[in-house]
Amino acid sequence: MPDQVSVTVTVNGSPVAVASGATVAVAIIMAGQACRISGNGEPRGPFCGMGICFECRVTINRVPHVRSCQVLCEQGMDVVTE
Amino acid sequence: MKREERRHFEVLVVGGGPAGMAAAACAAECGLSVGIVDDNFKLGGQIWRGESADSSNTEISKWLQRLHASGAKSLCGLRVVHQSEPGVLLAENFDGFCELKYEKLVLATGARERFLPFPGWTLPNVMGAGGLQAMVKSGLPIHGKRVIVAGTGPLLLAVASYLRKQGAEIPFICEQASWTSLARFGAALARSPAKIVQGLKLKLDLSGTSLAANSWPLAAHGQTTLERVTISRAGRIEEIPCDYLACGFHLVPNIELPMLLGCSVDNGFVQVDEFQQTTIPSIFCAGEPTSIGGVELALIEGQIAGLAAAGRVEEAKVWFGQRQRARLFAQLLDRTFRLRAELRSLSLPETIVCRCEDISYSRLQKHTSWRSAKLHTRFGMGPCQGRVCGPTTQFLFKWKPDSVRPPVFPARVETLAALAGQLEAQPEVTGGN
Repeated sequence: MPDQVSVTVTVNGSPVAVASGATVAVAIIMAGQACRISGNGEPRGPFCGMGICFECRVTINRVPHVRSCQVLCEQGMDVVTE
Repeated sequence: MKREERRHFEVLVVGGGPAGMAAAACAAECGLSVGIVDDNFKLGGQIWRGESADSSNTEISKWLQRLHASGAKSLCGLRVVHQSEPGVLLAENFDGFCELKYEKLVLATGARERFLPFPGWTLPNVMGAGGLQAMVKSGLPIHGKRVIVAGTGPLLLAVASYLRKQGAEIPFICEQASWTSLARFGAALARSPAKIVQGLKLKLDLSGTSLAANSWPLAAHGQTTLERVTISRAGRIEEIPCDYLACGFHLVPNIELPMLLGCSVDNGFVQVDEFQQTTIPSIFCAGEPTSIGGVELALIEGQIAGLAAAGRVEEAKVWFGQRQRARLFAQLLDRTFRLRAELRSLSLPETIVCRCEDISYSRLQKHTSWRSAKLHTRFGMGPCQGRVCGPTTQFLFKWKPDSVRPPVFPARVETLAALAGQLEAQPEVTGGN
């Protein structure tokens, strides 16, 4: 379980504080953002939670198409939704 | 990670859940060099996610400690994407890749949830049941949130129990199986001493949450995120406001990597002999890819696979009796949580079935096979590579899964470049059921 020490990342430029040990997908939900917009224009968020559906893919520190449910937040990480 | 690094193990295990941990520990205890690779950043698989060696669950702490003491090398955060040549797997992490060479391979790739489409299932905050549990274990605050847990299978009870302990409000669990099936399941569980204890514990944890049988979600509603769900609760239609819908319809095995490596698959499961050996002699398989049987069966099969991969066949045989009994539980799960036909009509014509490519039910309905739908609509060709929509359309339209093509997961160009043109030379791997 993530502990209570908080880590701050930016999601689309806005700072979000999450518990240390939280994944980037959690930070995106807490920021109230969708992870990506589908081809038809629907907002999509994390879905399978285990790295198979790719709905939670975002750009992390300029690396595109990263599954945010599989990456832990690090202080200062720059997350941009797709 | 150092680029183009090649590591060599006498026994390599893919999958860090219970089956893989048991296999790796047993093989390493025989004195062999063993590596255990998992895509997640910690061992434990989905079922033991977030647990550590000081867990209050003695089984989990025992296996984590045993694996650590065995000397097996953990390689977490590393995803196997392809085979560079027979006996060598190609794997990548967040920022690099490596090759893993083995003499014997144990595939313990686990299972994933089966998802069924219904109107609104693509809204943010509609997640898998195990999916939401994984998110909460990964730090999502759930205290005071209202969650509807829906679908089918024993995972729903475990998820509801866990979320309640974290402070979520669970009005009820929506289970599609009938009371008759559930009663038979309960009676059969009562004959298994280890399981009945688990069953009672769950019941205690869940006091205050009711289990609604003959019930399933009809629709999820909301503008940009989930606001409420409509459910069919034992024949009555109800609409309930909620923060999350945690919805999964039991489990399906992860057989893509076994298929890519050429292991035969029968009726959707990897074919193994009594020593958990696949149809490829150097490759073993244990846990959910051989049958959906839960932790108990996974641990037994993992131990057999690990010992057999280490050549200790006589020691492996000791577990055959227990495996036989645990397999009865797998059959019971299959009978109890089989999907009812009504669930085929949850989708409306415009409901998205393929989430990656936004393909609707009506566009797919025109086709008679996976292959035809794929060629005409790009169905199943997005980044999930059919992992979500494959089992779905198998249920909806009785389509058989298509072949597996490398790479088995989306991979970066630089990783694939390491194969130096081998991809084109790879024959297409067919199989499935």
